[in-house]
Amino acid sequence: MELLVASGIGACMAAGIYLILRLRTFAVVLGMTMITYAINTFLFATGRLVVNLPPILHDGDAAAYTDPLPQALVLTAIVISFGMTAVVVMMSLGAFIEGGDDHINMPPDDREMPPLKTVNDQPEEERA
Amino acid sequence: MSPALIALLPFIGALLPGLLVRSGRSVAAMACGTVTLVALLGLLLHIPAVMRGEVITARIEWLPMIQLNANFRIDGLSLLFGTLILGIGLLIIAYARFYLSRTDPVGKFYTYLMLFQGAMMGIVLSDNILLLLVFWELTSLSSFLLIGYWRHLPEGRQGARMALTVTGMGGMAMIAGMMILGQIAGSYDISDILRSKEAIQSSEWYLPALILILLGAFTKSAQFPFHFWLPHAMAAPTPVSAYLHSATMVKAGLFLMARLWPVLGGTPEWFWIVATTGLVTMLIGAVIALFKDDLKAVLAFSTVSHLGLITMLLGFGTREAAIAAVFHIINHATFKAALFMTAGIVDHEAGTRSIRRLGGLRKLMPVTFAIGTVAALSMAGIPPLNGFLSKEMMLYEASHLETARLFFMVVATVAALFSVGYSLRFVFHVFTGPERDDYPHHPHDPGFGMWAGPALLTVLVVLIGLFPNTMAGWLVDASASAVTGESEHAHLALWHGLNAALIMSLIAIAGGIILLRRHEPALKSWESAPRPEAKVIFDTIVQASVLAGRWITDKFNNGSMPRALSFFTLTSLFAGALAWYTGDAGPLTRPMLPVGPVPFIGWLLAMFATGSMVFFHRVRLLALVLIAIVGLITSIFFTYFSAPDLALTQISVEVVTVILLLLALNFLPKRTLIETSTHRRGWDACIATLAGLGFGGLCYAILRRDFAFDSISGYMLENSHKLGGGDNVVNVILVDFRGYDTFGEITVLGIAALAIFALTQTLLQGKSSARLKNWVHDQRRAGDRHPMMLVIATRVILPISLVVGLFIFLRGHNQPGGGFIAGLVVAIALLMQYMASGYAWAQDRQNIPFHALIGAGVVAAGVTGIGAWFNGKPFLTSAYGYVKLPFLEEFELATAMGFDLGVFLCVVGAVMLALNSLSRIARQAGETVNEKPMDIDLSEEQKGAH
Repeated sequence: MELLVASGIGACMAAGIYLILRLRTFAVVLGMTMITYAINTFLFATGRLVVNLPPILHDGDAAAYTDPLPQALVLTAIVISFGMTAVVVMMSLGAFIEGGDDHINMPPDDREMPPLKTVNDQPEEERA
Repeated sequence: MSPALIALLPFIGALLPGLLVRSGRSVAAMACGTVTLVALLGLLLHIPAVMRGEVITARIEWLPMIQLNANFRIDGLSLLFGTLILGIGLLIIAYARFYLSRTDPVGKFYTYLMLFQGAMMGIVLSDNILLLLVFWELTSLSSFLLIGYWRHLPEGRQGARMALTVTGMGGMAMIAGMMILGQIAGSYDISDILRSKEAIQSSEWYLPALILILLGAFTKSAQFPFHFWLPHAMAAPTPVSAYLHSATMVKAGLFLMARLWPVLGGTPEWFWIVATTGLVTMLIGAVIALFKDDLKAVLAFSTVSHLGLITMLLGFGTREAAIAAVFHIINHATFKAALFMTAGIVDHEAGTRSIRRLGGLRKLMPVTFAIGTVAALSMAGIPPLNGFLSKEMMLYEASHLETARLFFMVVATVAALFSVGYSLRFVFHVFTGPERDDYPHHPHDPGFGMWAGPALLTVLVVLIGLFPNTMAGWLVDASASAVTGESEHAHLALWHGLNAALIMSLIAIAGGIILLRRHEPALKSWESAPRPEAKVIFDTIVQASVLAGRWITDKFNNGSMPRALSFFTLTSLFAGALAWYTGDAGPLTRPMLPVGPVPFIGWLLAMFATGSMVFFHRVRLLALVLIAIVGLITSIFFTYFSAPDLALTQISVEVVTVILLLLALNFLPKRTLIETSTHRRGWDACIATLAGLGFGGLCYAILRRDFAFDSISGYMLENSHKLGGGDNVVNVILVDFRGYDTFGEITVLGIAALAIFALTQTLLQGKSSARLKNWVHDQRRAGDRHPMMLVIATRVILPISLVVGLFIFLRGHNQPGGGFIAGLVVAIALLMQYMASGYAWAQDRQNIPFHALIGAGVVAAGVTGIGAWFNGKPFLTSAYGYVKLPFLEEFELATAMGFDLGVFLCVVGAVMLALNSLSRIARQAGETVNEKPMDIDLSEEQKGAH
């Protein structure tokens, strides 16, 4: 079973990495979603795999439970990654509407930096 | 008054100007002045105890685990500096009231000034070097704000930046030095460090610590070769120059050297580094000051020179020299602050600080002339003023050195000679000489408020000169004793007999007068001589490092995202591989779980969906369907492996995400074209496969091994019911054990939703708004936008889903469920309504503002957390009880439920706000509003018919 889970997580990750290396925003968003699946399940799996032992306490039974901590962490991680996906989707949508294409790379003229200040603007008395 | 309170008072005072500035400048000045006065009185009340040789301390634990405690002390040295800081601060506050014009933001000025005053008091009162470092950095920051106060002046901004760069870097070095010092001494308390002289001086880390600490002190006190920032800091308003750059901040470095003098001083290393640096600084400062044209620049370089003098005295390492140093600190503060204020008055009244354009002000400004002359003569070291006394002592110490005596004697005399020259120049080139008719303003004496401060200081100059023992002897004794750690008694007198010092002094005065007479030819040769300009060098270095930074950034990131991401992936892979091959993971200890047929089918499905998703990712709609399959399998995976909460969350998030992506896809292109070469895709596939193998391998390695350390989960399982009152441990962790995290997370979610809203807002304005108005949809629209079946079904479902949401919310504490899941379920129920009947139609039928929902959620969670305070418990401690309602099973009411309600509201608000934003974009792009819930859009059909 462990082998199946690990291979599934690995496949998700590989698919995600391949997709984020594409050139269009939509593919990158899909890739990030895939990576999210991989990471979340991975974090969950660090509590080790246990079948049929949910972390819900029941009276008078001291039986073993599964590890609740990774579950709590992953639960918020799922919700937060939704928030992140939403922001990224809106950003790519905004870029597409504003710029007219959905390329992920920065256009060369956006990378121009302002020229450096030179020494000529030093105070007057220093030059005197 | 407690030392801690004295250090705190200026910070309280910093709040007042902002509150009072609308009542006028005078009120703000009065408020700051009162606070300063109270602190000063509080400090002076300790004089009797300090004179008895006691050290007053106050200890407050702050971060005891790293030995950072708010420990304060008052001894002679703190008393001396504290009196200077608060006393001169008081005069400066009054002076600035009249100096600043009506257009200057006065409230801001006084706030910065008080912040600075507090930081300085913190330095001199700290009994913990880590605390001292905190205040040290605060002085750098507040002086940055003060120098750049006139932000419209480029000189001010550049000067501020230069000061911050130089003193900030020195501060960095000093942090390292102090760390070493504390490690050697085994304590960060100054009281303890002062007792460990042997340990520190015999340590092999002594020299590195000494150099690093001295770097901090030298940069702050503008010692050569870091002296260049001080003259540029003179772009600040004159009250700031007078306060920071003559009387207080630049003396912080001296203070530190004096404070650590007993443990660091007395070694040959100390002597050569400190005394030589001081000597060189003294000479260079004096020479440059003679040839400067700007009045404040003259004073700035003379300050550099005098700071060098004091540094040199401290460097001598003898007790007598320490006394002279302390005495000169007092004297320099009095005459130099008076001189700065005089320069400010001249600038204010005559309209210029350029000495070439001044002269002949004696008759026009008699009061200012008197003040300036006395102070300048004291600076020149003319008897019977106080500057003469300490300069004599300096020359005396130089002539009694055991090593390199002649060298120090000659250079010190030359420096004193130049000092006489520039001091007399201040008098003769500004005040005497023929009256001119081309001053920018009509010079006249200012009002009493402006000259009162400098006049008071000049009176002190004369009195200390005439009656040194009565006026200053006690303060010198107390502070010198604090420096050396032994009981000191200074012999201050005007006449010491005919000795070497007197002869050197006479040479200096005579030479200075001759030098001033020959000033014009000397100036010509000075100006024609080549010399390095510190600012040019500084700017070149800064520019070079900026360029280097840009070059490195450019090399790593050329704007190509795939390139940056593959770098990142490969680096992570490399780091992981390195860790794997150098570390030891231990044997496989966990047996594998058996694989049933159903999980195997699930695995096949997931792998198949993943593979096809990558293969078909260019057909975007299909890719969405496939990715949803992966998401569903993930949620089944969670169910199977005992995580019902996660399964519920995953499936509802999945629904919301897919809806969001679908809505976005409405605008985005529906297909991705092939733009990369086969070669490139193969390379990317290689990287991706490696990453997948690595990640999967890591996962497998973890899954087959037991925990290396005991997990804290056991505690949570054990105490979930006892402390949190809930049986669903995951939910109790979320709302109780780790409630702080959750609180942060819902806040982040809310911020994300607001960011989406803000993005939409900008899209709906300007260029993109016009684009949207003319948007051409690339696909035909459906005729029945709101199918009757869907509308009816969602109507029926809505109340049911709301009840399900409520149910999930209520049971969450004990059974799978909770605020997150309930919020998502309710959001989906609403979303379906919006999708079926159209956004505008549905929106008209409810009036919940989603922003408010997010805000209410965060507030509800916060208030629940704060509620615990009234129970005397820390933030977010929950209390609970059980409630039995008729006809319902017993359920539990915990305060955690209020927190969960916050989570719920926040999630609903965030999801709905994101949808709302997309729908607003759609409206802008011509989406029409339906009046009926299920109308049929005939426009498309008509288009089709034509």
